[in-house]
Amino acid sequence: MTQSSAKPAAQDGLAFERPLKELQSKIDELRNLSKDSHLDLSDEIATLEDRLQKQTAEVYSGLSPWERVNVARHADRPMTSDYVQLMLDDFVELHGDRVFGDDAAIVTGLASMDGVRFLLVGHRKGKTVKDRLACNFGCAHPEGYRKALQKMQLAVKMKLPIVSFINTPGAYPGIGAEERGQAAAIAKNILEMFEMPVPIICLVIGEGGSGGALGIGVGDRVGMLENSYYSVISPEGCAAILWKSGDKAPEAAEALKLTGSDLLRLGLVDKVLDEPLGGAHRDQKATVHGVKAQILSWLEELGKLSTEELLAQRYEKFRGMGNPHAPKKARK
Amino acid sequence: MSDMAWTRFGKKKDMPGGLWIKCESCGAMLFRKDFEQKHRVCSSCGYHFTLAARERIELTADPDSFEELWGDVKAYDVLGFVDKMPYGDKLKATKKKTGESDAVVTGFGTIKGIPCGLGVMNFAFLGGSMGMVVGEKLAMLCEAAVEREVPVVLFACSGGARMHEGAVSLMQMAKTCGALTRLNQAGQVSISVLTHPTTGGVTASFASVCDLTVAEPGALIGFAGPRVIATTIKKELPKGFQRSEFLLEKGQVDRIVARSDMRDELGRLLAYATGRDPVAAFQPDDKPDGDKSEAPDGGSPEPEPADGQPKAKAKAKAKAASRAKTSESGPELVIEAEAGAVDATPKPRARRKKKKE
Ligand SMILES: [Zn+2]
Repeated sequence: MTQSSAKPAAQDGLAFERPLKELQSKIDELRNLSKDSHLDLSDEIATLEDRLQKQTAEVYSGLSPWERVNVARHADRPMTSDYVQLMLDDFVELHGDRVFGDDAAIVTGLASMDGVRFLLVGHRKGKTVKDRLACNFGCAHPEGYRKALQKMQLAVKMKLPIVSFINTPGAYPGIGAEERGQAAAIAKNILEMFEMPVPIICLVIGEGGSGGALGIGVGDRVGMLENSYYSVISPEGCAAILWKSGDKAPEAAEALKLTGSDLLRLGLVDKVLDEPLGGAHRDQKATVHGVKAQILSWLEELGKLSTEELLAQRYEKFRGMGNPHAPKKARK
Repeated sequence: MSDMAWTRFGKKKDMPGGLWIKCESCGAMLFRKDFEQKHRVCSSCGYHFTLAARERIELTADPDSFEELWGDVKAYDVLGFVDKMPYGDKLKATKKKTGESDAVVTGFGTIKGIPCGLGVMNFAFLGGSMGMVVGEKLAMLCEAAVEREVPVVLFACSGGARMHEGAVSLMQMAKTCGALTRLNQAGQVSISVLTHPTTGGVTASFASVCDLTVAEPGALIGFAGPRVIATTIKKELPKGFQRSEFLLEKGQVDRIVARSDMRDELGRLLAYATGRDPVAAFQPDDKPDGDKSEAPDGGSPEPEPADGQPKAKAKAKAKAASRAKTSESGPELVIEAEAGAVDATPKPRARRKKKKE
């Protein structure tokens, strides 16, 4: 709660966490007290824990889209680096786009997990202040997208499937990024990913920020974590343009229909992966475990398809998104 | 792409009905009639104003050759999006105001006698934003071009993805790129023409991955909008940043082509793309006096006149040879407006069929 507590109340998307935190600290207090004073407070603790459980369930089942956006941005939420550490048995990071540089905002490497090998591509946000700056807070430059492309092409050669972890507020808007063709780099990835003859799995693990997300987001299975979002524009950006005020971000988040259940209903993702009670940041290990199981099951499923089937289905999948010919009754 | 601020561009309205119009770039006062005749290019500084899709097609395709397809495909309010008004109402109002059903016009026609698919974006329709209809029509265009075995020419003019359709509009980036892969697999060439302005999700999808990319002079072309970049980096942007000339210098576009030369240049590129004679195709159109007998050949080795007026092929070739120069040093080309696009009676032109091997 370092940044968010400074925000105005209306903007503070994590305000709903405060009563939960208070309850948690009360429980911790009681625990310490019972330890220090050798009093038996187990009944009281159990009651409070039960209440916390219930309240957490209640709060998280009723999150507004804007609150979910803030959970997706939570600093303790498992990031690509956490998945690398907790999920993989082996990881060989591969650096650089072979042309310009090595963008820290996208990590790529050869990965192995339960005997299954694949190429991992993921946005990297960084944990420390220094890391976050180096990663531009997960906003990749063209060289990041070109690095991803170059490594994905390697995966094709090695006949390895590709797993992509999406977690970016958006591609970086800057002078160098434009000079080096940010738009073209993203577009090229989208185009090429349609033709890669290996299974591709994409998972939005936090923020699915627009073209910056889609630049590593064309796959045979696309999933979203329960508290992630996937949007054409950030709620703040949308609010600034359509409402002429960044303060209207909560309204914009609502209007954009950017949550997992929204995208599932719109037919834009295949599945929403449940998170542990109270969000992925409350239990990283359980979150990673769920993600791992999903990846393995999808890879097994996709492994049964011929290359022709795989590519044809991938094309049809995206070809069918946003169908203006849909019968009118299905729209209402 | 965080800036799909097409509304900003949409505000720049000229004074409708006025006799004079002020240049957005140099501030010169332009006589409206002359300005329209020059197809909205400033006679003082050469600034290329945004052009409506229909006018663009008239200027680019051979007269009467364009056959519009899928003009009745309409968007619907897939999200139930409401800002100042429901998106459904906004769509209705925009349709009424522009007379268009969405932000792209698609179909098939000929350019300099060469058949091709044409997709032309219309900035007046919600900032040329790409939603399900733009994505769908461009995908259908590419798929149909594969069937017809012809190349496609796509004119981009857009503030980006259409926010009102949320992630559905985002996925049109994938849909259009996917459709271009089909064209690639079929060996058909795609040409992207970037016009002012092209930003956001359109730049970051089909407009940047065509085989050939040409830009109109001075067009704003970029991923993020300049305002977003300036806010992010807290610095002033360099002069000419994100303009066509900047992109050319940075190696991101193949050519910059003035509006007055666009039709000829496209004909020339399409000739190379389809195994025709570029010299013949690059011939400028009829002279202002409308000397119909000298109408240029399409350049195909086997001419098949559509209007029952066989052309003197040798004559045309000789004429073409005399004009075999690069566009930079080439002769002053006759502007389409003066040559005939405003002429009510279409000129007979040689139309070609693709030579089958
Ligand atoms: Zn001017």
